[in-house]
Amino acid sequence: MLLRGARHDGDLMNGRRIAFRNARLIDPASGLDAKGGLLVENGRIADVGPRLFNDADENDFEIINCRGLILAPGLIDCRVFTGEPGSEHRETLQSASEAAAAGGVTTIVTMPNTDPVIDEPSLVDFIKRRAAATAKVRVAPMAALTRQLAGVVMTEIGLLKEAGAVAFSDGDRTVANARVMRRALAYAATFDTLVVGHAEDPDLSEGTAMTEGEFATRMGLAAAPSLAEAIIVERDIRLVELTGARYHFGQISTHASLEAIAAAKARGLPITCGVSAHHLMLNELDVGSYYTFRKVKPPLRSEADRAAMVEGVASGVIDVIVSSHEPQGADTKRLPFGAAAFGSVGLETLLPAALSLHHDGHAGLSHILKTLTASPARIMGLNAGTLAKGAPADLVLLDEAEPFVLDERKLHSRAHNTAFEGRKFQGRARMTFVGGDCVFDRTR
Amino acid sequence: MTSANTAPILKSSHLLGIEGISAAEVTLLLDLADTYAALNRRGEKKTALLKGRTLINLFFEASTRTQSSFELAGKRMGADVLNMSVKTSSVSKGETLIDTAATLNAMRPDILVVRHHDSGAAELLSRKLDCSVVNAGDGQHEHPTQALLDALTIRRRRGGFENLTVAICGDILHSRVARSNIRLLSLMGAQVRLVAPRTLLPCDAERFGVDVFTDMKAGLAGADIVMMLRLQLERMTGAFVPSAREYFRFYGLDREKLSYARPGALVMHPGPMNRGVEISSDIADDLDVSLISEQVEMGVAIRMAVLDALARGQA
Repeated sequence: MLLRGARHDGDLMNGRRIAFRNARLIDPASGLDAKGGLLVENGRIADVGPRLFNDADENDFEIINCRGLILAPGLIDCRVFTGEPGSEHRETLQSASEAAAAGGVTTIVTMPNTDPVIDEPSLVDFIKRRAAATAKVRVAPMAALTRQLAGVVMTEIGLLKEAGAVAFSDGDRTVANARVMRRALAYAATFDTLVVGHAEDPDLSEGTAMTEGEFATRMGLAAAPSLAEAIIVERDIRLVELTGARYHFGQISTHASLEAIAAAKARGLPITCGVSAHHLMLNELDVGSYYTFRKVKPPLRSEADRAAMVEGVASGVIDVIVSSHEPQGADTKRLPFGAAAFGSVGLETLLPAALSLHHDGHAGLSHILKTLTASPARIMGLNAGTLAKGAPADLVLLDEAEPFVLDERKLHSRAHNTAFEGRKFQGRARMTFVGGDCVFDRTR
Repeated sequence: MTSANTAPILKSSHLLGIEGISAAEVTLLLDLADTYAALNRRGEKKTALLKGRTLINLFFEASTRTQSSFELAGKRMGADVLNMSVKTSSVSKGETLIDTAATLNAMRPDILVVRHHDSGAAELLSRKLDCSVVNAGDGQHEHPTQALLDALTIRRRRGGFENLTVAICGDILHSRVARSNIRLLSLMGAQVRLVAPRTLLPCDAERFGVDVFTDMKAGLAGADIVMMLRLQLERMTGAFVPSAREYFRFYGLDREKLSYARPGALVMHPGPMNRGVEISSDIADDLDVSLISEQVEMGVAIRMAVLDALARGQA
């Protein structure tokens, strides 16, 4: 396959026609799940349907025989931390995009807690320019909700939105002051823009790395009660009710949060939420003997909470699954557990981890893919995540059955701090296309 | 002229707010103010209507415009005017508002004009004093003479209030000018719109019977009058609005946004203005569009009318 340059959208000079034949088309946005074909023209989906190209003339198109594999919209990962600007030794937009492409992810929504923090319109512009120049996948930047992520002064939400910020978030920090949060939400509602919150009471969780409980006690690790999350979830739900802001909990991890959000959704509040792949797959015991790659934020929870997360995805209360991709180097991870940095890379394990819910019988394939395509596109307001005619040809060809063992040395990310080293998975991306260009091909 | 007609105008012996005043009272006040506006344009501006009466201007908040306007109004009516500002009063020595009122009361003034940073201060004084009290702005509550002078300015330009759409833009939440204007303009039959970011809008603003907009272009569409409010500098550093440049971009009045209003729309501002924050200089200085100087002129006329009306009640 052709490996083309980084830029894709609006590439109207590109008159290439690509025909995907003999695919199992899954488009969660429309409910389509059928055998068929898909035609790409000028980087966009020109046609899609069950009997397309059964008798195509091979001279008319560049033809990709999907051999029955699944062709779905490329994944959208709503929670990607990169190191650019400021920590390029951990990850750049370019290296993150390599990892994304290898994971079937065609859009990464980047978090603003870089150095400098993305709290200025010119810095949003910087991310967009760097992405255009270096990244293989689409990059949709979030901007900070408060300046310097300090939780004191709201950012220029109107100007930042005009500059291209898709949502506003203080990354993995919680705005501690309810008055500041109330005004930031009211101001964001003025511009009908999305606020992405992190729910972890800063005082309860300060200096801790684990969930309070027997295991943390045995290990002698400082821990915070899991309700540190639900306290903020409940608070922010009330503030959304007051202000009318659109609000997305970037990642939740406890049963109590899930119940609160389910009730808020039932009341019709504009609230959505995500869960990270590692909170679906791992529990606190997986920290084992102080395994720092499994030190994440919020910390891994009890098995009951993990099971609740799986159930939340299955029931639809949890809208999206994210990687919470957070690259760290040896300098920040090869440390005693308490001193090590939080985070795990995840762009390349997002799809395999999500597919495990399907293999374990918790949810259907289309439902799982919806949490990775149509739902994040809707929440973030992105023109992506669908196989509809006219949509950008951001596609993933995936083999849902292919078994593999994760080898961190084969990761494309610049950082290799995966929480899933040695994990047996089933199903991953075979080829990835952005704007009709092949940006990853595992068969090559 | 004015002394020829001494029929009572106000039912109350105080002017504490627009709340509680009827449309008929407003119309009579505006009619009377029109005659004072004419008087003020003559060489000889003085009447003897308040000769021998004492007017005290008690200002707990600094104000150039309102205080001098009341002072001039009192002097043109022939009253003895005493200006007291907080820096020279004993309040700064710890005296309570009630004690100040009792002290002033003993001096037997006829009219007390008061501005105070607490909502309800004028009403409190009115209950403790024997004289008439005029609220010249209390906290975030009311500023009735500002609303009356705005109404006078509008009526002189547009002839009336029916079928008139007035967009009040800016810091509604903290503005006593907005509260008084919403009440008065609605009372007189104008269609009132509020335009502001949600952080500067009161909760349940819709319950005032107004249309609320957070998008300024939509809020100005078809408006006859655009009334800009002052945004305090300390409120645009992040607590309510992230920055002055963002505020001007989305809520500052410039030619582009004004072009959404009805052709010939007029612009008002109670002053003092923050040029380049809530209003661009070329609009503020455009005499075909800006009523800002006229508002100041009408301010003296309306205050003379208010003093006249209150004096009639005391006669």
